[in-house]
Amino acid sequence: MARKPLQFHLNGSEKAVFVEDGQNLLDVLRRGVGDLTPKYGCGQGACGTCTVLIDGEPHLSCLTLAETVEGRQITTTAGLAQGADLHPLQKAFMDNFAAQCGYCTPGMLLAAKALLDRNPNPSREDVVEAISGNICRCTGYEPIIDAILEAAKSRGFRQFG
Amino acid sequence: MALHRGRGFAAINYPIGMNLGGDPSQALVHSNPGGKFMVALSSIDLGQGMKSVTRQIAAETLGVPVEDVYVDTADSDTGPHCMGSFASRGTHRVGNAVIEAAKEARSVMLEAAAEELEVDPADLVTDGKGNIHVKGAPSRSISTAEACGAAQFKQGRTVSGRGIFLIPLSEVDPETGEQTPVSCFAHAAMIVDVEVDDETGEVSVLEMNSAYELGRALNPRLVEQQLVGGAWMGMSHAAWETTEPYYPDRDHGPIDFNGYLMPGPGDIAKHNIAILERPAPDGPYGGKGPGEMCANPVLPAVVNAVFNAVGVRIDELPVTPEKVLRGIRANGGAQPQGRR
Ligand code: FES
Ligand code: FES
Repeated sequence: MARKPLQFHLNGSEKAVFVEDGQNLLDVLRRGVGDLTPKYGCGQGACGTCTVLIDGEPHLSCLTLAETVEGRQITTTAGLAQGADLHPLQKAFMDNFAAQCGYCTPGMLLAAKALLDRNPNPSREDVVEAISGNICRCTGYEPIIDAILEAAKSRGFRQFG
Repeated sequence: MALHRGRGFAAINYPIGMNLGGDPSQALVHSNPGGKFMVALSSIDLGQGMKSVTRQIAAETLGVPVEDVYVDTADSDTGPHCMGSFASRGTHRVGNAVIEAAKEARSVMLEAAAEELEVDPADLVTDGKGNIHVKGAPSRSISTAEACGAAQFKQGRTVSGRGIFLIPLSEVDPETGEQTPVSCFAHAAMIVDVEVDDETGEVSVLEMNSAYELGRALNPRLVEQQLVGGAWMGMSHAAWETTEPYYPDRDHGPIDFNGYLMPGPGDIAKHNIAILERPAPDGPYGGKGPGEMCANPVLPAVVNAVFNAVGVRIDELPVTPEKVLRGIRANGGAQPQGRR
């Protein structure tokens, strides 16, 4: 199979890899550059746990052709914390017990970040809408919704960007 | 064509663990020379909090800070045997095994400390902050790290302990048929309010009110988390999830998350929970554990609420709109049962 060079920015640092024709972004992130934070749930766009931000917009990395991210900025959960400081969303998820098995958490965090970046004062309905493509089997969603609303209120959110 | 409200009730008496051959679990505890403790288990944490709870139990029994305890559930090839994380048995069975193992490790740690302090181990107490001292004389003390280090570098002792929890198999009495399959029961009661649309057959769960008695809540926030998430799953089993929603052909069944229905974040119901703590005599620090019981009462309560709302008695789960509509049609229309 043909292999092509691909360059993109992952959480602020430059990455250069070879990708195969038709290889999806999730695979490139996990196997190509070793970022295991985006998870493989269904591989067909139905669960949301592979969500990453491409230039700030949430995308399902399992359905994204890797070659389409040439030169673009990818954000994964690995890029949320700043050193030892958790991102306000991560902290709110912890404080609200918004994860049990944690499998949905990376996708939830990034769907939430995309929401709060464009709408710092979301209503409960806005939050529900933002995570409606993300399946959680464990928490019953309520703690996740509460966590996102709490993170929106926390003053630290803006500085983290 | 109208929306009908209904209220349903369910109560459960829930057995913790099972007794098919004793239902055993084991734990091994040891300290490293720096006085940090490792709890080795084969019991898996699926997100229910097994690691957090066994860590607390080990720290409490050892008399050391919770930060000084690690729990390793990595591998059933290298860890001591466990029956598994099912039957709501984790906290109770594994917790008891951890207590036994931690007690043995603690007694070695105290013997090592006693040798260093030249006192009787029976006179020593732990402060839970990383120190061991003579009862009534806090100045005669040694840190748990020093005691564990001395044991392993001077005295030639392993600071370790083994634990197993096993309820002997209860045979059936051939005369009476009597048996004691379970030693520990948790309890719950739940009231569910639903709304049923008699035109579409759709059932919405509006509110759940529940009371759970599950022994001592060893980690109250984890208990609450399980009850919230478990009730969602119960609601999902009651009114959404099935691998066989259509008939008569299996090929029309769901093959992915697009067809396998579950309530999403917009479908959740308000859930008020009261937790009653009645410590179990044979539970670790009185704990029983919420487990599968989080989901169970929701199903019968929803079914009862649907009957109360429109007079349709569903006897096969889930409560799909189709079953509700067929029931309503068979009854010649919705028959609200009224509030009792
Ligand atoms: S793995 Fe991409 S949506 Fe499920
Ligand atoms: S925490 Fe398990 S799927 Fe969301």
